[in-house]
Amino acid sequence: MDFFAFVKPKNELENSAEKQQNVPFVPEAMWVKCPKCNALLLTTDMEENLHVCTHCNHHFRMSAKQRIALLADKETFREHDADLTSSNLLDFPGYDEKLEKAGKKANESVRCGECKIDGVRSVLCVMDADFMMGSMGTVTGEKITRAFEYATDNGLPIVVCTVSGGARMQEGILSLMQMAKTSGAVKRHSDAGLLYITVLTDPTTGGVTASFAMEGDIILAEPNALVAFAGPRVIEQTMRQKLPKDFQTSEFVLQKGFIDAVVSRVALKSTISKLLKMHGYGEE
Amino acid sequence: MSATNSVNPNPAYDKVLAARDASKLTAVDYIKHMFGDSFIELHGDRRFADDKAIVAGLGMLYDTPVTVIGIEKGRNTKERMERNFGQAHPEGYRKALRLMKQAEKFHRPVLCLVDTSGAYPGIGAEERGQGQAIAENLMEMMALKTPVLTILIGEGGSGGALALAVADEVWMLENSVYSVISPEGCASILWKDSAKAPQAAEALKMTAQDLFGFGVIERIIRQPKAEDAAMFESLKLLVLRTFEKNLALSDEELTAHRYARFRKIGAQQTREKE
Repeated sequence: MDFFAFVKPKNELENSAEKQQNVPFVPEAMWVKCPKCNALLLTTDMEENLHVCTHCNHHFRMSAKQRIALLADKETFREHDADLTSSNLLDFPGYDEKLEKAGKKANESVRCGECKIDGVRSVLCVMDADFMMGSMGTVTGEKITRAFEYATDNGLPIVVCTVSGGARMQEGILSLMQMAKTSGAVKRHSDAGLLYITVLTDPTTGGVTASFAMEGDIILAEPNALVAFAGPRVIEQTMRQKLPKDFQTSEFVLQKGFIDAVVSRVALKSTISKLLKMHGYGEE
Repeated sequence: MSATNSVNPNPAYDKVLAARDASKLTAVDYIKHMFGDSFIELHGDRRFADDKAIVAGLGMLYDTPVTVIGIEKGRNTKERMERNFGQAHPEGYRKALRLMKQAEKFHRPVLCLVDTSGAYPGIGAEERGQGQAIAENLMEMMALKTPVLTILIGEGGSGGALALAVADEVWMLENSVYSVISPEGCASILWKDSAKAPQAAEALKMTAQDLFGFGVIERIIRQPKAEDAAMFESLKLLVLRTFEKNLALSDEELTAHRYARFRKIGAQQTREKE
């Protein structure tokens, strides 16, 4: 059994003959394998640890619901525009089916609303990878724009957590235009002297990187998230260039000077809360 | 377009090919025909380098000084290499923004000429913040207190084109395209087959005529030829009239109009369920 200690990170279950006997009886859904270190993690342990691997600190993706629970004070999140839903504006082949499938996993690619963060009234937008990889369609752009306009009208700070494969090609040019629309709303919020904090999570790419993700007053990122304009596969394929090690990770863009800090999930809420208070936003 | 339109089952892809046609006029041709000897090129982003994929400077439109910024693909192999095939790096977008801010200072209108397959997807571009450079242009252009007019004179490739197209009005040549992704890229992602680009071109609805139908652009203009002096004269007059109209507005009216222009896109299509 000792041999396992070298090939695999320590898993306490393997050291216990008694517990090991139980393994076959545990339903598979209760286990999750860490994609980085291959450790088998008990789902409940991982959830308790904020969806972070207990062995190697790998940050698993979170759904919008989970992230809202992480950042918003308990039962303070009041969702806005939850009734906006995507439709097939261009009659793009196969898009209706994709939307239907995505709709079973999540409501939309972003959830926006108002909440309290350590008592501070804030607007919170959280993108959701479960809905077409958080791609930005017209509804995404409209919801984020409305959230910024609401924050501007009410003098509120805004926190946006990004996760996105980029613009949603099934909505063609209308999707591209959302980059300009959201950027305009960010600019108005900024010109009103209000604070915008961005939290980049894995992956943040394409049209979202080239618009509101990179427009925060303060840009934070979770460890080891992919942060890119052109994704690594696009660069490798089109340019036939070999990519440097750790290219386009949070740590890489930090070193290149494009984000303010890499913040571990366990410290995310307290960091945001401190920043809000340092900008004069108080508890109510 | 040629008469092949009537027999070709896919006019959308014909437009893509026409927009990419290497023999068509490029940004430097438009600058030459519209501004002649008055044009003075200005270089550099004052941060890192001078990106030759972006050609920019000052010129006289009749009696009105104008800042002109174009994406230049190059007209022969040597030029195309030099211009990086019209694929700008972050320093190109930063040069453009520097000159737009300069135009704002002197309340000089800005004319952008867009012709690019997209922002350059390479290591250096990523290291120097391609996403950040484009994002900043979108944000700053939206609030720029001087008139901005963009004309797509060929390909409008995604964020790399939009970074020069947050304008009071956007016009397209009759044989130009503007899209969130290239039809080849779209086909290879969705159908794992870039040979299906013609179908993708149709599905993406990326022609000037499609975009006019969506209300994303204000005007479709006839394709000028190099020797067509009368056509360039009428284009110049059209541009001047648009600038004059917008120069008469207050800063607040101008930027409110520009915001509203983009604000409505996608808003009318996303009404709440009753």
